[in-house]
Amino acid sequence: MPATTITITSGKGGVGKTTATANIAAALASAGQRVVCIDADIGLRNLDVVMGLENRIVYDLVDVVEGRCRLKQAMIKDKRLPELHLIPAAQTRDKTAVSPQDMIRLVEELRQECDYILVDSPAGIERGFRNAVAPADLVIIVTNPEVSAVRDADRIIGLVEAEEKAPPKLVINRVKADMVKRGDMLATQDILEVLAIELIGVVPEDEAVIVASNRGLPTALDQRSRAGREFRNIARRIRGENVPFEPLEGRDGFLGRLSRLVRPGGPS
Amino acid sequence: MSFFDRLRADRPSARTAKERLQLVLIHDRADLPPARLEALKDELITLLSRYVEIDTRAVKVSLTSERDQQRLVADVPLAPARARRREAL
Repeated sequence: MPATTITITSGKGGVGKTTATANIAAALASAGQRVVCIDADIGLRNLDVVMGLENRIVYDLVDVVEGRCRLKQAMIKDKRLPELHLIPAAQTRDKTAVSPQDMIRLVEELRQECDYILVDSPAGIERGFRNAVAPADLVIIVTNPEVSAVRDADRIIGLVEAEEKAPPKLVINRVKADMVKRGDMLATQDILEVLAIELIGVVPEDEAVIVASNRGLPTALDQRSRAGREFRNIARRIRGENVPFEPLEGRDGFLGRLSRLVRPGGPS
Repeated sequence: MSFFDRLRADRPSARTAKERLQLVLIHDRADLPPARLEALKDELITLLSRYVEIDTRAVKVSLTSERDQQRLVADVPLAPARARRREAL
């Protein structure tokens, strides 16, 4: 079966698009899926460092598009997961070096080679965004529980609809359960009510994400990380599994901590 | 800080966030920022006044949103009937 192409985007910068891409990709690959990540943020590449592959780059996306190398040559194999590959963005060019048609052509060539293609979109709504969304079968919008990020997510939903794509799905990233509980952070229900969109993940704020990106390792492979577990859940939902959303209390409250103590490996 | 300000500061900020979001998104989705809506209202008053006598200060023009349906609602009270008749005489 040809691969499903998933574009991860947000509108606003800094909400965790690249982290989400790296972790969903690692979670899918650790479940035995063949995954290719494409960093579409030309000029500001970052997926390579988050995945810990920055030292292996020879060719990039623009080299492929301009015919300086074959597609396979630009695909960097992950250090741990043999079924995970990255096509890095060019660092010294800008977004106009690639067109939406180029992206569609490139993805078509990849579709027979793998199960999932994950495209990491740049922030904004200009050319880079349109490049990233053009080949998508599914668009995942990442937001934070903040007014500015949710507003931008709404704009992106409108633009994805205008492209006549399937309805996008939402990841709410960096949720602080204690703030939600005391009424100082937008709750999942608030955001869903405002955006009228289907939810695919609620990722708690977790220091393990920063530690993982310091090391260039995906959090999704860390069995003890709560964020990592939710990224694995997102991967399962992408594959069509019905994984219920856990209440935030269960993850943060006394019982949650107790269950992690009792089971030192953490619930998987 | 007045009593009401303090009351406002005490309510959960998430509720304020949600209300502000809902309002800003109504204008975003219609691509009609509040200042432009105000201009629309002024023109509407000018236009309608050519046909009926209206209570210009009580005119309300607003955007509402229910699921997929965006709506522009204009509430235009006519000037009191007695005043109109008197002027007609």
